[in-house]
Amino acid sequence: MSVTLKVNGKSHTVDVDASTPLLYILRNDLGLQGPRFGCGLGQCGACTVIMNGVATRSCIVPASAAKGEITTLEGLARNGELHPLQRAWIDEQVPQCGFCQNGQIMTAKALLDRNPKPNDAQIREGMKGVLCRCMTYYRIQAAIKRAVKTIAAKGGAA
Amino acid sequence: MTPVAGIPKHVEATLSRRNLLKSAGMLVVSFAGFDPGEANGQAPAGPYPEVDFHQLDSWIVIHEDSSATFYVGKTDCGQGTGTSFRQLMADELDVAYEKTTCIMGSTDITVDQGGSGGSTAMERDSWPMRRVAAEARRVLLEMGSQRLGAPVDQLAVSAGVITVKGAPSKNVTYGQLIGGRKFNVTLTGSNINATNGRALVKPVQELKNTGLSPQRYDIPAKVDGSLKWAVDMRLPGMVHARNVKPPFAGAKLVSVDESSVRKMPGFVKIVTKGNYVAVVCEREEQAINTAKALKLNWEKPATAPFPSSEDLFRYMREVKPTSSSRSVVVGDPESAFTNAPKLIEADYDVPFQGHTAISPAHALADPSNGQMTIYSNDMKSYGMRRGVADFLGMPREQVRVVWMEGPQGFGRTAADDAGCEAAYLAKEIGRPVRVQWMRDEETAWDTKAPAFAVKLKGALDAAGNLLALDYDARSADYNHVGYNEPDTVLIAQLMGIRPAKPASGSASMPSEMYAIPHRRMATHVVSLPLVWETPLRTGNLRDPNGPQSTFASESFIDELAAAANADPFEFRMKLLTASSAEDGGFRRARSIAALKAVADAYGWDRRSSPKPRGTGDTLTGRGIAYAFRGQTVVAEIAEVEVNVRTGRVWVKRLVAAHDCGLVVNPESLRHTVECAMLHSLSRALHEEVQFDGEKVTSVDWNSHPTLTHADVPGEVRVVLVNGDPNPNRPDLPPYGAGEAACKPMLAAIGNAIYDATGVRLRRIPFRANRVLAALKTSQA
Repeated sequence: MSVTLKVNGKSHTVDVDASTPLLYILRNDLGLQGPRFGCGLGQCGACTVIMNGVATRSCIVPASAAKGEITTLEGLARNGELHPLQRAWIDEQVPQCGFCQNGQIMTAKALLDRNPKPNDAQIREGMKGVLCRCMTYYRIQAAIKRAVKTIAAKGGAA
Repeated sequence: MTPVAGIPKHVEATLSRRNLLKSAGMLVVSFAGFDPGEANGQAPAGPYPEVDFHQLDSWIVIHEDSSATFYVGKTDCGQGTGTSFRQLMADELDVAYEKTTCIMGSTDITVDQGGSGGSTAMERDSWPMRRVAAEARRVLLEMGSQRLGAPVDQLAVSAGVITVKGAPSKNVTYGQLIGGRKFNVTLTGSNINATNGRALVKPVQELKNTGLSPQRYDIPAKVDGSLKWAVDMRLPGMVHARNVKPPFAGAKLVSVDESSVRKMPGFVKIVTKGNYVAVVCEREEQAINTAKALKLNWEKPATAPFPSSEDLFRYMREVKPTSSSRSVVVGDPESAFTNAPKLIEADYDVPFQGHTAISPAHALADPSNGQMTIYSNDMKSYGMRRGVADFLGMPREQVRVVWMEGPQGFGRTAADDAGCEAAYLAKEIGRPVRVQWMRDEETAWDTKAPAFAVKLKGALDAAGNLLALDYDARSADYNHVGYNEPDTVLIAQLMGIRPAKPASGSASMPSEMYAIPHRRMATHVVSLPLVWETPLRTGNLRDPNGPQSTFASESFIDELAAAANADPFEFRMKLLTASSAEDGGFRRARSIAALKAVADAYGWDRRSSPKPRGTGDTLTGRGIAYAFRGQTVVAEIAEVEVNVRTGRVWVKRLVAAHDCGLVVNPESLRHTVECAMLHSLSRALHEEVQFDGEKVTSVDWNSHPTLTHADVPGEVRVVLVNGDPNPNRPDLPPYGAGEAACKPMLAAIGNAIYDATGVRLRRIPFRANRVLAALKTSQA
């Protein structure tokens, strides 16, 4: 079937089977490889994109259900300026291997969009479904707290 | 749709590097180093011969703007080693850190330092890098001396600019002297680790970048989505493959029903040989669907391949070992035990634990022009090149591995399976083939850290002094897989290929420096019934046996301290200070310093364990443990909260004191130690590979859980003890980091749970249901 997707503000039409998971369209057809395959089961979060404002596991979303605005990691920067979360990720030197960080950043983005000032418990709860096998969790949480401050200082706009 | 194809930046760098190496640059001198075949008049056996580590040009290229590119035979699995190499090499070469880059691990353009493994990046592999950088500086100073007409001892050099002392207007840059051209300097050394020039490395005090914490250069592209990883590599005309693994360990493939998938969209081919099965399709999701739909007929083995995970430790204790170490005996342990007033015995168990990398194994192989290029995240890319060449029967000079970033490492990609699979399929199909394992395949079939069953016995005198200790460990490590060997890589096993003899495997002894008057230590390796084609294959997982053996030994020391009614920190200190025996690295003195540092940083109050049992649902306690790995010493303290209603353990605080000698990049080191501790915390609390009598049943993140954000301690603190506490001693060299910090954590957690609850847990992992059951048993 022909599927039209709006990703990072651009429209793309691809011809794929309706059951094709969004992840493979993003990675293999559109060349957006920020989202990554980790489990294909929606368990780890490495494939996370933001779809209509919600952190979404693109490995289990069939093409037929991929509707509305989709943002990938590549689409977070604005006018060449990194999102405060990305900036915080560099300032806190978060990644080890970095493979999961797409899911960490995109999930944190959706979390802060929903709740710009999460407390520690809300960060843990909001992030607990995104796995990191290098165990960079401690710094991820520090980076989220840092970004919260930056965003607040900018008047809440991110 | 055409698949997205793109050559990542560092692969482009590969291509230009090859051109630079091949052309003689601007010099007309013949270039014997890089193509030995050409030098002696014979054609090379292929386009990708090994890079000659005896040529300075193999390691360093200086560009016209005086920037430098370092080509090293390492891979960075995310610990920031590349940044540290740049710091050290920039220091020796005297160029600004910002004007350096580092290329790693691609077998046809970087020397073979083996890739990564064993936490050897700084300890072993940084030395030849420093020496070649120092040699380049020496050669440049000689060139500068000629150019400026001043003797070398009248020259100063800073940030790639050579000046005549006292006459700064007389200067020349590195770029002006050699930019874009070759050194043509031959180095010495009987092996790569001994690579040397005529220059001496600088004393540590003169290293300017070393000891600072420049941010890791690899992080921005990992955060903005621009980095192309091995998993992202695409080539025109490529196809996608997925494996189909036997549904039961040791199963034999009887028949393949090709008609079950032949008409599926994008179908290209089913490839089978022996018990190896893969499907190849045009698109990735087509390969996944086809692999799922393929009908195969398998025959179960006549006998059970292994006991169930619940029965594992009984099996391991009863079966006859395949090999046993010679016992290490100190004093007369036998009579010490016979006469001791107080005897304590305990068994400790650690199950198989998987690597379970966040991304399953993957590789892309390109068979173009009769050669084989593998784009891979294999941490030992050089070993993969040899393995693939030998497995396919190709000359090694026709095979190259282009290393790109990937998930973790930690030993899994030292025994990467996907590289040989992709290469085999690419040769069969004649097109570039990308293979990726699925999650269930990776979790069930990746390499495992061996299970350990340890028996311990200790004797105390009437005053509570430790008189004798007996450590007897059994490890299920028979037929350890090695490093992409062509006869042990999984595809080879499934095809029925066997080496003459399985690897014998190993078990570890405790790594502490306690002075115990009478001691016996012995280790044994046991085998599971199924040795080949089994998902319970053992490989190196971070250390690789230290976390298991240290869990047993450092938990048991705590049991002895409790029996002696002694503070666990003081009990260990007494054992460390009971002797003055020392080695060249002052490891005993540094063990004492690390233990003191961790106790100070934590605010350890002296008392025995367990503490008086608290009331309410949440009990808190603290535990300490220490170990060394080589010359790296680490002591860790964990503070836990145990919920007595649910059995959940939350680690509130983690503090480590870490001494790995010279610290190149303190922030990178702290982060690596932090993450290593949390990795072992995950192993302590969650991780266990489970299996029934015929297959592994841990197949995803529900059935093989891992640490999550919800488990993260409130505080993780790393104190760098940083070398020798005695300032009169010479500088220490850098030792390894990463794996050492994994060792003491399991015991520290177990000791803390004991302190909180009075219940000793002797089997990993401390999942809530097990903790709860143990608490209930203790109260019954």
